[in-house]
Amino acid sequence: MNFDLSDEQKMLAEQARGLLAERSPFDHLRKLIDACAEWDQALWHELGEMGFLGVTIAESHGGLGLGELDLGVIAQELGRANAAVPFFSSIVLCADAIQLAGSEAQKAKWLPLLASGEVVGTFAYAEGPGPALATGTTFSSAGVNGTKTPVADAGIASIAVVLTASGLVLIELDQPGVTRTKLESFDQLRAHYSLSFTNAAAEMLPGKTSAATLLDRAAVQAAFEATGAAEACLHMARDYALSRQIFGRPLASYQAIKHKLADLAMLVELSRSNAYFAGWAVEQSPDQLPAAAAAARLSAIAAFETGARENLQVHGGIGYTFEANCHFFYRRERVLSVHVGNREYWADRLIAHLPGTQAEAA
Amino acid sequence: MDFNDTPQEATFRAEAKAWLASNAPSHVVPSGVMLDDAEEVSRGKAWQRALYDGGYAGITLPTALGGRGGSIIEAVVFAEEEARYNLPKGPYIAIGLGMAIAVIARHGTDQQRARFVEPTLRGDLTWCQLFSEPAAGSDLAALRTKAVAYDGDWVVNGQKVWSSWAHRSDWGILVARTDPKLPKHKGLTFFVVDMKSPGIDIRPIRQISGASDFNETFLTDVRIPDANRVGAPGEGWACCMTVLMGERLGSGSEKSTVGPLIDYALATPGHAGGTALESGGIRLALAQALAEEQGSRYFEARLRTMVSRGENPGALAGMVKLAYASRLQKTSGLAMELRGLDAIAPAPQDAATREVQHDYIWSTVMRIAGGADEVLKNQIAERVLGMPGDVRMDKDVPFDQLR
Repeated sequence: MNFDLSDEQKMLAEQARGLLAERSPFDHLRKLIDACAEWDQALWHELGEMGFLGVTIAESHGGLGLGELDLGVIAQELGRANAAVPFFSSIVLCADAIQLAGSEAQKAKWLPLLASGEVVGTFAYAEGPGPALATGTTFSSAGVNGTKTPVADAGIASIAVVLTASGLVLIELDQPGVTRTKLESFDQLRAHYSLSFTNAAAEMLPGKTSAATLLDRAAVQAAFEATGAAEACLHMARDYALSRQIFGRPLASYQAIKHKLADLAMLVELSRSNAYFAGWAVEQSPDQLPAAAAAARLSAIAAFETGARENLQVHGGIGYTFEANCHFFYRRERVLSVHVGNREYWADRLIAHLPGTQAEAA
Repeated sequence: MDFNDTPQEATFRAEAKAWLASNAPSHVVPSGVMLDDAEEVSRGKAWQRALYDGGYAGITLPTALGGRGGSIIEAVVFAEEEARYNLPKGPYIAIGLGMAIAVIARHGTDQQRARFVEPTLRGDLTWCQLFSEPAAGSDLAALRTKAVAYDGDWVVNGQKVWSSWAHRSDWGILVARTDPKLPKHKGLTFFVVDMKSPGIDIRPIRQISGASDFNETFLTDVRIPDANRVGAPGEGWACCMTVLMGERLGSGSEKSTVGPLIDYALATPGHAGGTALESGGIRLALAQALAEEQGSRYFEARLRTMVSRGENPGALAGMVKLAYASRLQKTSGLAMELRGLDAIAPAPQDAATREVQHDYIWSTVMRIAGGADEVLKNQIAERVLGMPGDVRMDKDVPFDQLR
């Protein structure tokens, strides 16, 4: 057993963290919000140039051909920085769906463009309030009809993988059959759209990979992203509490604060540990993936939820200002808690796939 | 990253498995069988003897001391395989292996190592821990039991508490105050004490569970030869730290406590028909606990990887017990709730509910023993996160001047 990241993975994390600290500090995020920017396009292209977007895309399609844990290392850093890039939509969801379920022609056409960052993709699964994997949208000889909403990053995406009653289809969004309507997004740094299809031209993704499996794989990356973000909250709260004097001593010296942050540190480590195992299981033990992904997701939601809330709380009144940095995570956390399946979805999946209980046999 | 065994680990596991298959079954205590204390200790000693004869006692201990000279990962692998059998392994053995040997190996003399280490590995000696006192629990260094040098011996007076299995132990590890003129951490000295010494009076504590695993131990003019002092006078606190570090590194053999509760919920009629597991609230709470339990398991794997590289996880390791104790209390409490009133007075044959009740009572011990929740949180905050220590009014004050 060697249950740690490799030296190469640690270097990859350092590199990503260094780049993001320089290019995407919190002041920069504030400027993006003030400018009503939908995303950080310059950062996106830089990530593409450095190879960070093609980590899991095959070398034959312009990627690095590395594994899920390597991608997870990047996701963790993007979560830590709260970066305004469509990494989750374009790489974790869209590129993964094409790589697993796409035809050779679809892969050859789109994966190199996704890996370089030249094209942004997204994955449309929800249809308004309710379950994550909604299938009210249809695909027939007439094309795709229905509405998927909300869909993250659909304003900047050129293609979308869309879940329909007939399965997964690939749609180019610049066509008359597609209407994109921008929604007001709770997270100002992750835009969401409604996508309406009227006889929209589409191609099936012919592979057998199910939407549930794609969600399992995405959940692993979501867990890494949330772990990084939760750790950012932990460190931000700790650093503020160390610098703030109250009643004649540092805020960080009070047990009310120490115990809160010790609890959070524990949740972060449990979350990271589940993410490591799930990342390992994707490739090394696929039978365990549904349970491992569900555990990672539940753990990550718990850690980030506590982190986002208690970080702001530790800051006190200043935490409620736009000038402080707590709000970026307070908003992003809600996105990460409900995208790709909420807690209930993953609780059901974990209980249904846990080995060794009667529940599994039932 | 690899969660699986390396080829060497796999070889070791296969050996351990084969050895256990031919040696463990005759020592297994069938589940549900309650042994009396004397019988349990004698079976525990017999199993420890079998481990010693098989070369599996003290896996990480150097061969020069009678151990196997193996790695921490091998110890974990062996513990995992051993846990497949319900073997008699009580604190009377574990305190000797995990604490007494650890402290004697590190702080003791060659004579002490020769006298105690191998006999303990062989299962000949059982041990108890005489640390906590009525007024010194989380604040262990506030302990008042006195040891005074007299005529080549030490004369010990005081009261210890929570000494598991003291009534069935051959030896005890004891920490006592030898210099009250020094601040509290500095005036302590570590001893091993023969539990048959005159002046030792052991009284069982009637616990909230109804059982009496723990004792109060009164020491009245107990003579301890200086040869049984471990480490220098005043080195007692360093010895205690060696002991407590051993207490906090888990073996990795913990069985799931949440898994059985899922079956329990499935076997309980639900509030709105169907089974209790169909309730969204119950599913969510159990799944959350399961996710946390899985996370802990993988976190322990990370800690063991650190230790196998010679890194010291320090206060990080406390997170495992911190998470476990509260989880046990929450989930066993939840299990009682989903069962309804029947959880309070189940049918006589309902062993599952008895187990749940037992866990709910026992979880209170887990939250206090081996580092209370609050102590572990302070340690995590201070040593992992670098937050300031608490104000300690008594730190540099001579012990005899404290109020």
